Amino acid sequence: MAKSGAARQAKSEPAGGSAARAAADLDRLIHEKVRLGIVSALAGHESLSFNELKRTLAATDGNLSVHARKLEDAGYVTCTKTFEGRLPKTVYRLTATGRKALERYLDHMEALIRATRAP
Amino acid sequence: MAAPQPLADRAIENLRYIRDTMARSGAFTAVPGLGQVWVGVTALPAAWLAHRSPTVLGWLSVWLAEAAVALAIGGITMVRKARAVRDPVVSGPGRRVLLHFLPAFGSAAVLTGAIVLAGAPALLPGLWLLLYGTGVVAAGAFSVRPVPLMGICFLVLGTAALFTPPAWGDAWMAAGFGGLHLGFGAVIARSYGG
Repeated sequence: MAKSGAARQAKSEPAGGSAARAAADLDRLIHEKVRLGIVSALAGHESLSFNELKRTLAATDGNLSVHARKLEDAGYVTCTKTFEGRLPKTVYRLTATGRKALERYLDHMEALIRATRAP
Repeated sequence: MAAPQPLADRAIENLRYIRDTMARSGAFTAVPGLGQVWVGVTALPAAWLAHRSPTVLGWLSVWLAEAAVALAIGGITMVRKARAVRDPVVSGPGRRVLLHFLPAFGSAAVLTGAIVLAGAPALLPGLWLLLYGTGVVAAGAFSVRPVPLMGICFLVLGTAALFTPPAWGDAWMAAGFGGLHLGFGAVIARSYGG
């Protein structure tokens, strides 16, 4: 995985400065807990249905819909609506952009931890 | 940022949340599937070699060497998998393995010595398969479904090995440490994070 700018900065700047930079560079879109949960859950699966995500994240229908829509608008996930028998089924998949965003986010978290623990 | 420590705490909390979410969605287990595949790959020639050994000492040496190789592969691949998801090895999967798997492994080591001294090495394949299965079931109790299922399969093979002719011992070992590791390892590697 390529190291982000924030991760590189953490090695060369004073602790406070690099931590602030890493925090400022955070992807706010997936920093929100439900959206981070959606992306994390999808990272290990080819796809997950709306109900599977709802169960995993213990989220309400409305809350999950709103946050999934924001990720969809950003191109982080795709949403496919199909029918299973007579019942509608909504399936989400993580896109390459979404996967890269999660990897960048993990790098940022590591950079923050390293920066604030630096002597 | 004025107070850096809370930032680090939040970052650690977020990493833990990502890991827990992946585990809850059934997407991740600390058990390294790829490592199991490699253990399976090494166990098959070991079974062949052991079966051709003319002496008990030679037979035992082959399987002890295979155990050492399997431990090394399992350890390295577990550390690599844990690092890939930023899981602290010592307090995370490593600790779980120590607590759940090693008691059965240690018991197998002690019983191996006792059984060899008692002159009944034909019991060893069944004993090893049973105790390995016990360890896997214990360590995999809170893991994804294939892990405890694999442990149960080892228990079945171990029981079969104890009640079939001693000459079949290496075949049961190949089926367990070779076949089960290859099959379940591939499933875990493909579906549960590597």
